[in-house]
Amino acid sequence: MSISTSLVYLIGLPFAGAAILLLGGRRTDKWGHLLATALSASSFAVGVYHLFQMVNRPVEMRPTSQKLFEWISVGSFNVDAGLLLDQLSICFVLLITGVGTLIHIYSIAYMSEDRDRRRFFAYLNLFIAAMLLLVLGDSYLSLYVGWEGVGLASYLLIGFWNQKPAYATASKKAFVMNRVGDMGLSLAIMIAFATMGTVSFAGVAEQVDNTSEAALTAMGIMLLVAAAGKSAQFPLQAWLGDAMAGPTPVSALIHAATMVTAGVYLITRSNFVFDAAPTAQLLVVIVGAITLIFGALIGTAKDDIKKALAASTMSQIGYMILATGLGPIGYAFAIMHLITHGFFKAGMFLGAGSVMHGMNDEVNMRKYGALRHFMPITFITFGIGYLAILGVPPFAGFYSKDMIIESAFNSGGMQAIFLGSLTLIGAAITAFYMTRVMILTFAGTKRWDEGVEPHESPWLMWFPMAVLAVGSVTSGYLLYHDKALYKWLSPLFEDHGEHEELLKPIVVSALALTMVAIGVSIAVYKYMRENIETVAPENVSWLTKFVRKDLMQDQFNEKFFMRPGQLLTKALVTTEDVVVDGSVRGVARMAIGSGSGLRGLQNGFVRSYAALILVGALTLIAAIWVVVS
Amino acid sequence: MDASNYLYISALLFTIGAVGVVVRRNAIVVFMCIELMLNAANLSFVTFSRINGNLDGQVMAFFTMVVAACEVVVGLAIIVAIYRSRRSASVDDASLLKR
Repeated sequence: MSISTSLVYLIGLPFAGAAILLLGGRRTDKWGHLLATALSASSFAVGVYHLFQMVNRPVEMRPTSQKLFEWISVGSFNVDAGLLLDQLSICFVLLITGVGTLIHIYSIAYMSEDRDRRRFFAYLNLFIAAMLLLVLGDSYLSLYVGWEGVGLASYLLIGFWNQKPAYATASKKAFVMNRVGDMGLSLAIMIAFATMGTVSFAGVAEQVDNTSEAALTAMGIMLLVAAAGKSAQFPLQAWLGDAMAGPTPVSALIHAATMVTAGVYLITRSNFVFDAAPTAQLLVVIVGAITLIFGALIGTAKDDIKKALAASTMSQIGYMILATGLGPIGYAFAIMHLITHGFFKAGMFLGAGSVMHGMNDEVNMRKYGALRHFMPITFITFGIGYLAILGVPPFAGFYSKDMIIESAFNSGGMQAIFLGSLTLIGAAITAFYMTRVMILTFAGTKRWDEGVEPHESPWLMWFPMAVLAVGSVTSGYLLYHDKALYKWLSPLFEDHGEHEELLKPIVVSALALTMVAIGVSIAVYKYMRENIETVAPENVSWLTKFVRKDLMQDQFNEKFFMRPGQLLTKALVTTEDVVVDGSVRGVARMAIGSGSGLRGLQNGFVRSYAALILVGALTLIAAIWVVVS
Repeated sequence: MDASNYLYISALLFTIGAVGVVVRRNAIVVFMCIELMLNAANLSFVTFSRINGNLDGQVMAFFTMVVAACEVVVGLAIIVAIYRSRRSASVDDASLLKR
């Protein structure tokens, strides 16, 4: 462990950008976007500097820490606000600042017509700062601050065009569903504090051996809930589709490349907890497996290009979560897929943004078609992303996804065959819906609305797409070659040595490619025709209808959570009205009633007072007489 | 003669006085009725003193007379003052306190 004083600049630079742009107001309108981009880029430069520093140090000296200040000090409980940059966080730092900077550049052109471009860039910088804090915090508590920060930035950016009520609702939906996950994280922190007396990563890792498995399982499950909320995993997945209401660069940065992968980071970071809690680990695998199929199925029925990509994101993160649930054999591959996914999915989202830019913000793919002639650069970069997500060699996804499928097959026992098959089926469905997106958008005939004149986007927009496309081609091989990423990350994880191989890697690759080929052929057979309907056909099977409704996720949530929740609040309001308020009002009414009743006696006539005294005295005497005799 | 007859007289006088206080409007008459009640009480005291054979009751009767004398002085002064200000000796007219 070495000490550094420059880690704080990683977070400080973009945070300063957000502060200047938000506090500076309209004065910064002219140059705000340039400042934000420059600060994001300089944060990336600091990250690269640290990467080189880290590579040049011996393995055990690679993690770097910086203590910022004493945060909480109560009795024997101390939490320092500190930063920790190790082999895992540096991957995230470079991904966040690198892809973040590219998306800043893209947004300069994409948002140039928007009145509130400065605010947009302020939020982007805020997001980068919060996300860096999330991955650099050295305790669960500092991670929590970043965790909430990205939630806030995500909420602000989804609802960036909140003048449209539907968009404002979408941002609220994302926020509320994220709160459910955040509750999981805060409970996990409380469990760690109650059972281990510490909340730092290092402290918890030390205490794992002295902690009961039940406590670790509870903590693991709560961490999984947190991860599910942030990463749109089953059963908290419903917000991601609606989150596409935000501007497309936001979808690319937050809801594809970085924030939604925070769950994968959390589980990987907590590997010591999950390795010691097999039940929680099994649940992680189950959640990942369900989501990877769930997301892929939703993707098959979406006509909105961004929502199709969002469903795909959900499914790809399902792959990553599944890999993290496999334990030490999976962590490195989850991170590898996370990085390659960051490249190709961000690239495809930017491509979708470029298409929308050229098509007057039309998102319905049924109204696209034949765009490859009009947007060649977008077509090529999107196509590279497409080949990467399919897992065609030598593109990035081939290496990362194959490694996950392979790990699933090698995880041992009956579950290995089951999980392996699921990942293969997922690959086939992915191939199907991504091919569908490609064909509907770029191939076939024109199905545009009148007055739409598609054109290639300006270079500020296609340049980031091109860089990401290069990453989508090369990142997989670079990370896979000589097990580079695996060796880089291995000091962090307890490896239990070699695993038995159920299937040879070459067999897995062949199987995966076969499944991809099947998926592609079905999509080509179904959609490579002249007469694609511009309105989704209504006479479809119940299965299609079911998938079109997102597998009833919203209806389910509404029926089982929202309605009962509303009933509960109504019941509570009524109880409050009748019981609490009622008793208070009853006391008041009693006082008023008795007062106005007794007021009649105070009539001002001396004789009636005298009569009352007389009656009172007689009553008293009678009472005494009754009691005595 | 049986001492309890004095007590009956006392009760009768007290009742007359009490009824007078409640039913009569003229302040002077009300005042006299109060005197009647006080003296009924005095009669009882003296009677009990006689029955019990000690002087406690007679001492109390003196106290009552002193109190009655003071009360007459203050009360008559108030009645005269009220009569001067509003030309009426009716107790029902002096009911301003209810408002």
